[in-house]
Amino acid sequence: MVAFLIRRLIQAFIVMFVVSLIGFAIQSSLGDPLRELVGQSVSEQQRETLRDEMGLNDPFFTQYLRFGEKVLKGDLGTSYFFKQPALEVILNKLPATLELVFGAVMIISIFSIPLGVYTAIRPYNWVSRLVMGFSLIGISVPVFLTGILLTYLFAVELSWLPSFGRGETVVLFGSWETGYFTRDGLLHLLLPCITLASIMLPLFIRLIRAEMMEVLSLDYVKFAKSKGLSPLRIWLVHGLKNTMLPIITVGGMQIGTMVAYTIVTETIFQWPGMGFLFLEAVNRVDTPLIVAYLIVVGAIFVITNTLVDLIYGLVNPTVKLARQ
Amino acid sequence: MTSLRCFFAVVVLVVSLVSAAQAVTLKLAYAADPVSLDPHEQLSGGTLQFSHMVFDPLVRWTKDQQIEPRLAESWQRIDAYTLRFKLRQGVRFHTGNELTSEDVRWTLERLQRSVDFKPVFAMFEKVRVIDQYTFDLITRNPYPLALQTATYIFPMDSRFYTGVDEKGLPKALLRKHGNTFASKHLSGTGPYLVSHRQQGVRVEFDRFADYWDRQSQGNVSRIILTPIKSDPTRVAALLSGDVDVISPVPPNDHVRIRNHDRLDLVTLPSTRIITLQLNQQRRKEFRDLRVRQAIVNAINNEGIVKKIMKGFATAAGQQSPKSFVGHKESLKPRYDLKRARQLMKEAGYESGFSVTMVTPNNRYVNDAKIARAVVSMLAKINIQVDLRTIPKAQFWAELDARSADIMMVGWRSDTEDSANFSEFLIMCPNPETGAGQYNSGSYCNPEVDRLVMQSSSEIDKDKRRSQLQKVEQILYDDAAFVPLHWQKMAWGVDKKVKIEPVLNVMNLPYLGDLVVTE
Repeated sequence: MVAFLIRRLIQAFIVMFVVSLIGFAIQSSLGDPLRELVGQSVSEQQRETLRDEMGLNDPFFTQYLRFGEKVLKGDLGTSYFFKQPALEVILNKLPATLELVFGAVMIISIFSIPLGVYTAIRPYNWVSRLVMGFSLIGISVPVFLTGILLTYLFAVELSWLPSFGRGETVVLFGSWETGYFTRDGLLHLLLPCITLASIMLPLFIRLIRAEMMEVLSLDYVKFAKSKGLSPLRIWLVHGLKNTMLPIITVGGMQIGTMVAYTIVTETIFQWPGMGFLFLEAVNRVDTPLIVAYLIVVGAIFVITNTLVDLIYGLVNPTVKLARQ
Repeated sequence: MTSLRCFFAVVVLVVSLVSAAQAVTLKLAYAADPVSLDPHEQLSGGTLQFSHMVFDPLVRWTKDQQIEPRLAESWQRIDAYTLRFKLRQGVRFHTGNELTSEDVRWTLERLQRSVDFKPVFAMFEKVRVIDQYTFDLITRNPYPLALQTATYIFPMDSRFYTGVDEKGLPKALLRKHGNTFASKHLSGTGPYLVSHRQQGVRVEFDRFADYWDRQSQGNVSRIILTPIKSDPTRVAALLSGDVDVISPVPPNDHVRIRNHDRLDLVTLPSTRIITLQLNQQRRKEFRDLRVRQAIVNAINNEGIVKKIMKGFATAAGQQSPKSFVGHKESLKPRYDLKRARQLMKEAGYESGFSVTMVTPNNRYVNDAKIARAVVSMLAKINIQVDLRTIPKAQFWAELDARSADIMMVGWRSDTEDSANFSEFLIMCPNPETGAGQYNSGSYCNPEVDRLVMQSSSEIDKDKRRSQLQKVEQILYDDAAFVPLHWQKMAWGVDKKVKIEPVLNVMNLPYLGDLVVTE
């Protein structure tokens, strides 16, 4: 277990090193950060002086070494736009994104399991056909379109739900502001969470259905049936439990992907999270922020994957994490 | 103890409820929020809009392009170099300090240190303080735009910004990429105070109780400014009633907002010109006057305004919009395909040639669509265009490098004056003086340069007008560039918000004077 964690830690460092190197390498093709910092009448000479001052004219490796040196001291650079440490800016936005992802995961879990199980047990029922049909639509419609359609339907036409932002939030602890404890905050969460869930929900319904169908055709299920166990017990205890193993693996991986999808969702709903922050940073060529974001997201991927492996080990005792 | 606390809580609640009933709150959504609380950090529309909320200028533009007194009560020209201003008495900053001539002197000095504002104030020598409420604004040369430039002087509270902050840095420090005192704190004379700011999320403004302008009809006591980047979301927020005012409004949604029972659409002409520059250094064909004229005649800019901009622009035949001194009524947009083909034939390019073109795709309204329309229009005179549209962040570097034969450049004059267009877009490029900084066409005409330079120190209004109109005529005859259109601006508002009277062509709403009816 300890050996496994240490190995993962080393992997995490390699991942982040590579990510930071890539982030650094692409920055020159993103554009000129000075343009976003100065007005239109400022002369090229002035801009050149500023570039010198900020060390943007130094060779790649000088810049990277300077960056690396600071990183070792825990400083990922200062955002040009926010004028605050990039890591601080991102961590301030992290709660909003995590709450969004959490809401989407809840929606996915609540709907995908019963629907997936049902469609597996009664594959030819009209309800199942309807669910499968809808899931096909869900997979094919891009997230931004879902978001815009939902906004126009529920916010503009029906005026049931707010169209943007987080609404009223309360401080949970430290700088974590949550929207889960106010009515207004929950209403604001609804549309963005559904939008974010819309891409993954159909996938999971289909995944659970396929796995469940496979499990139900196995011999031990037949034995259980012939033993006279109630169908409900067979489905939920014998079937579903064994179905969940691959689902956990895929699910864990997808949480990382979901963080990526937040970029689109957050932009549509003006959600003040880190996905939206990243897109803005790219538009403004705020390179320190871009590099820091890539590193943080890399860290999230590594952490979720590690957690998945750990949980997998708990659920399925036959899996060994580290070679003995 | 607990019951006492309870009692106070109830009192506070009741008081806040009562005052909330009288207070008018305005919810405002722009595409972006102010980048800094420091008014001298970046010269941009956003900074100036913000400055008009929390600071006040010496003088400001009215709706019909006249100058009206604000903090300066009156002014007179003493000689060709000097304007003498009288300050309004009893004006208080947010800290309670009184506004004096010294604050104006201090502010101008700081402006002259600002990287962004320096070019605008290059013509100024200094402010000479005469007494507490009188000062002279002195220019290095006779300068016709001294008063116009005073619209950029928003006096700052010099006592508030003097000293050092907790980091030991001077409070007046002006730095683009630093966490300075002035970028996080402010004291101005303006109608609003910043009561809460979460950058990129929301800014809240409260009405300044001691605001000097008691004549103002403005009744908004609280403004909540939310940046909403995405166009459809901003429109949805207005349609759903989550916000009262949005700007900008994308052209595709104009009809929808105009036809809505609860909403109004207010459009105004703006002074931003969109042009195409033809690089004569890269292409010998563009050195031929007939080819340039053929291109101008082949591009149907009225059609672009109608079809692509949906009428949300004014087709242009010159740089200066109607309200500017250099505008010449006779210079109309040209479109004559037959003549264009004839000109190409005369120039010996009947079978055409191929060129490259680079335009931004997220800088101007519908920029990429306009570019594609231009490509098909030029194909009709056998000019094959290899078009690349790129995000603005990358575009500026390409423009500096003059990396294509045709480039799209839009320009808004910082001085609300014709000469500014020529200085940046048309004069012979000169890295030392900064002239022609965005002249990617490398058009260079000494006569134009001479006239523009003359106009910069010509105090006589009529002479100056004829100089600048002559410049426009020369550029028109020379087909120095392709004028496309002047963009318009649009505001979408709830009908209870009477925004029209406080808007102007500079896109600087005077929200302190805004009236909201219940």
